[in-house]
Amino acid sequence: MSERSAKTIKGQNGVWEIVIGMEVHAQVLSNSKLFSGASIEFGAEPNSQVSFVDAGMPGMLPVINRKCVEQAVRTGLGLKAQINRTSIFDRKNYFYPDLPNGYQISQYKNPIVGEGEVMIDLAGGDSVRVGIERLHLEQDAGKMLHDQHPDHSHVDLNRAGVALMEIVTKPHMRSSEEAAAFLRKLRAIVRYLGTCDGNMDEGSMRADVNVSVCPEGGYEKFRATGEFKHLGTRCEIKNVNSMRFIAQAVEYEARRQVEIIESGGAIKQETRLFDARAGETRSMRSKEEAHDYRYFPDPDLLPLVLDEAWISEIEASLPELPDEKKARFVKLGLSPYDASVLVAERETADYFEAMLADGAEAKASANWLNNEYFGRLNKAGLSLSEGPIPAEANSAIVQMISANTISGKIAKDLCDIVWSEGGDPRAIVEARGMRQVTDTSAIEKAVDQVIAANPDKVEEVKAKPKLAAWFVGQVMKATGGKANPQAVNAILKVRLSLPDEG
Amino acid sequence: MSDLTNLTLAEARDAVRGKKVSSVELTKAFVGAMEAARPLNAFVTETPDRALDMAKASDARIAKGEMGALEGLPLAIKDLFCTKGVRTTAGSNILSNFVPPYESTVSQNLWDAGAVLLGKTNMDEFAMGSSNETSHFGPVFNPWRSRGSNAKLVPGGSSGGSASAVAGDLCLAATGTDTGGSIRQPAAVSGIVGLKPTYGRCSRYGIVAFASSLDQAGPMTKTVQDAAILLGAMASVDPRDSTSVDVLVPDYEAGLGTGVRGLRVGIPKEYRIDGLAPEIDALWTQGVEWLKAQGAEIVEVSLPHTKYALPTYYIVAPAEASSNLARYDGVRFGHRAKGVHDITELYEKSRAEGFGKEVQRRILIGTYVLSSGYYDAFYLQAQKLRCLIARDFTEAYKKCDVLLTPATPGPAFAVGEKTADPVSMYLNDVFTVTVNLAGLPAIAVPAGLTADGLPLGLQIIGKAFDEATVLRAGRAIEMAANFTAKPAEWWRAA
Repeated sequence: MSERSAKTIKGQNGVWEIVIGMEVHAQVLSNSKLFSGASIEFGAEPNSQVSFVDAGMPGMLPVINRKCVEQAVRTGLGLKAQINRTSIFDRKNYFYPDLPNGYQISQYKNPIVGEGEVMIDLAGGDSVRVGIERLHLEQDAGKMLHDQHPDHSHVDLNRAGVALMEIVTKPHMRSSEEAAAFLRKLRAIVRYLGTCDGNMDEGSMRADVNVSVCPEGGYEKFRATGEFKHLGTRCEIKNVNSMRFIAQAVEYEARRQVEIIESGGAIKQETRLFDARAGETRSMRSKEEAHDYRYFPDPDLLPLVLDEAWISEIEASLPELPDEKKARFVKLGLSPYDASVLVAERETADYFEAMLADGAEAKASANWLNNEYFGRLNKAGLSLSEGPIPAEANSAIVQMISANTISGKIAKDLCDIVWSEGGDPRAIVEARGMRQVTDTSAIEKAVDQVIAANPDKVEEVKAKPKLAAWFVGQVMKATGGKANPQAVNAILKVRLSLPDEG
Repeated sequence: MSDLTNLTLAEARDAVRGKKVSSVELTKAFVGAMEAARPLNAFVTETPDRALDMAKASDARIAKGEMGALEGLPLAIKDLFCTKGVRTTAGSNILSNFVPPYESTVSQNLWDAGAVLLGKTNMDEFAMGSSNETSHFGPVFNPWRSRGSNAKLVPGGSSGGSASAVAGDLCLAATGTDTGGSIRQPAAVSGIVGLKPTYGRCSRYGIVAFASSLDQAGPMTKTVQDAAILLGAMASVDPRDSTSVDVLVPDYEAGLGTGVRGLRVGIPKEYRIDGLAPEIDALWTQGVEWLKAQGAEIVEVSLPHTKYALPTYYIVAPAEASSNLARYDGVRFGHRAKGVHDITELYEKSRAEGFGKEVQRRILIGTYVLSSGYYDAFYLQAQKLRCLIARDFTEAYKKCDVLLTPATPGPAFAVGEKTADPVSMYLNDVFTVTVNLAGLPAIAVPAGLTADGLPLGLQIIGKAFDEATVLRAGRAIEMAANFTAKPAEWWRAA
């Protein structure tokens, strides 16, 4: 398993392995903040969504938002993780103008969710397990605005106090592809669960990536013993906010570390920032410069104790998640690859299933979507929900192909029509005479006409059986593309006395 | 008019209900007393106009027969309770111009019951102190003076302004807050009743936080009956305070009359500390006799971890305070230093200018005990001790229903006497602080005078949420002590 898509770097004095762990901050989908009733809608006027609690006014107290806790538990269950019946909120103390209380309420030693896992899907259709270390709830900070005034900084507290889930993985990823695949899968899971919108552009999902390199074999030793000494010193790359940047940041950082080690240097544990424009990582602060956060349990909040029945209730309400859906699709006859493409977004899977519900066969539907319809959407720059063809229409097209009512080629023409004009595909096929001709006498007639008109070609094809394709083309042309290709082939074979493998 | 200011809360309530006096008359009398007593410096902010408006509104309600439990009764509010539209300073320069846009739950409960706000009382800065000398607005003076002396004495702290205002008849009653003794110690040395309820009994919402796990609001009154009335109005479970507890608030006043026959009163031997003043010791013994005479059963109990209470408190409280006070950074409200060039300088200067010495000392202690490398040795150990101290009480309550102890190690002391030595100041809380660490209710009741004529108090400590029994035992002490002495109103001539 571990050698799957692990990538190594060939240095001057040997081969280096890349080891990656991630901390993902996912904004909880809820109506209000973690400890106040203020709204969390994105894009509001600065400081318009700030309660007295969020602003850290004297005497204000946090009150936990039940919905946020439910979302964290739901996510934990989706990560197949341990749900801790008792968890504790701590204060992380530091001064910054975007942190009104002078402390962030977070969970330090006792998070709400413990160990779990995410199966990531790789290009070849393989799956790899990435361990989850923990998930905890914490408050987001506000936002500094440095461009409003020549010599003053402003602060917007709309985001201050918004609930985040910090999801920490084990160092189980071995390449930038795996790191990106992990984030994609995590995003799919939280979107399926409805616990985070996964929107990286708006910052509702942000990743910090921990990268280290070790000599070949080091990772295996780490997995066998659990000892971190087999791994290299890690650097944390902050706020890498797109899949593409993750890949770039990891590649750059791993090479930087190998170069330092090979030239006799040592990696310093530090926090680095990814500069997307320059495509490089830069030092932000070293371990020595790190804050002493003086964590201690928040005395304004009681330990969070979860009711067993409530957890069961949440568990019972979980939707089918990508992995289970994928397994079910594979059972329907799809290849693991096709299945993982279809389950990557809940919307896609739902669309696919709507086609099946409408009567289309699974494998044919998957082929049609993956080979035809998604390509068209891609070309047009449209998402599935923006696309012009509803699932029922695509289902009708696929069903007509399966029933030999239309040929594959006609299906494409039909798709063009439905795409630009809309309408019921079945009605269009009837109205425009697009039905495939399966009547053998009509096909035989067309075949005979083509043979009669081309005696020279008939001679040639006897020497070169591959020329039969030319006859097929001519027959199709003569029937306006509506002849069933299998029938055409069979009749031609007989009439031209071709060998079987033709 | 001065007759009106001598009334107890219960007497004034009955007079108002019986329409023998209007709220406006009552309020005017107290506004006069408050203004005449400015030499005591008990108030940071007087609100006479608002008081008269509220009194008029009360009289209008009374005329319609709508009467809350405290209808028309003028009260003083410690300046730690946020009052909407009325400056709330916490005794600090850093909040010297802070006007909250919200009301604390406790004060709102009082206004909902019909009470009238006379003004905001002076206090030790952020409730850190035992003498009311750390206030940015200057020290408060105790209405009491030693016989034959004009030396100014402290009223205790941190609720010194409230204690002085009640003892000097400047209000019918006042609110206080108690983190390590800040209601009971000033009550005891000012000759009034002070009750710290069980942690969670009164909401902390809107009370400027000092140490969140210890802070609790409570009444400061002239009598035990008044404390019962005021606590009943202050207490409530509050969805805005996660640490408030949903336990029925009984009719405390109705429960007072049942006496202490058969009540088991524990005497904790560890409170007989080395060097306990003979007068305090004698008063304590007297208290035992009083309760015995009324039919209580006296048992000796042990609270073995008592000696660790003060050190534990001086780790836990500053730790929480160092974090609670981080929000006073000059960014959003409160004092902001001028002429600064960057954010670090803004923080440093605003806080250096805004906080007094004692507050700075406790922020430093708190920051230290939470720091990496010291957390386990200090904060964690203190938390363990806190559990042991709480367990001491649980064990003791297997043998008794309440405990009787002295309230303070001595009477009111002179202004400036202990300011040079923080530790001697901290020792004022030696009998009160364990109760906060265990989250229990306790009352200080005036029980006698020293040879110099200064008041001393006894303390009754009860089981969690059993304020009713605490009040009942306190009433028994009160009746036996028959404490009727009043300070001479020297400030009127001042």
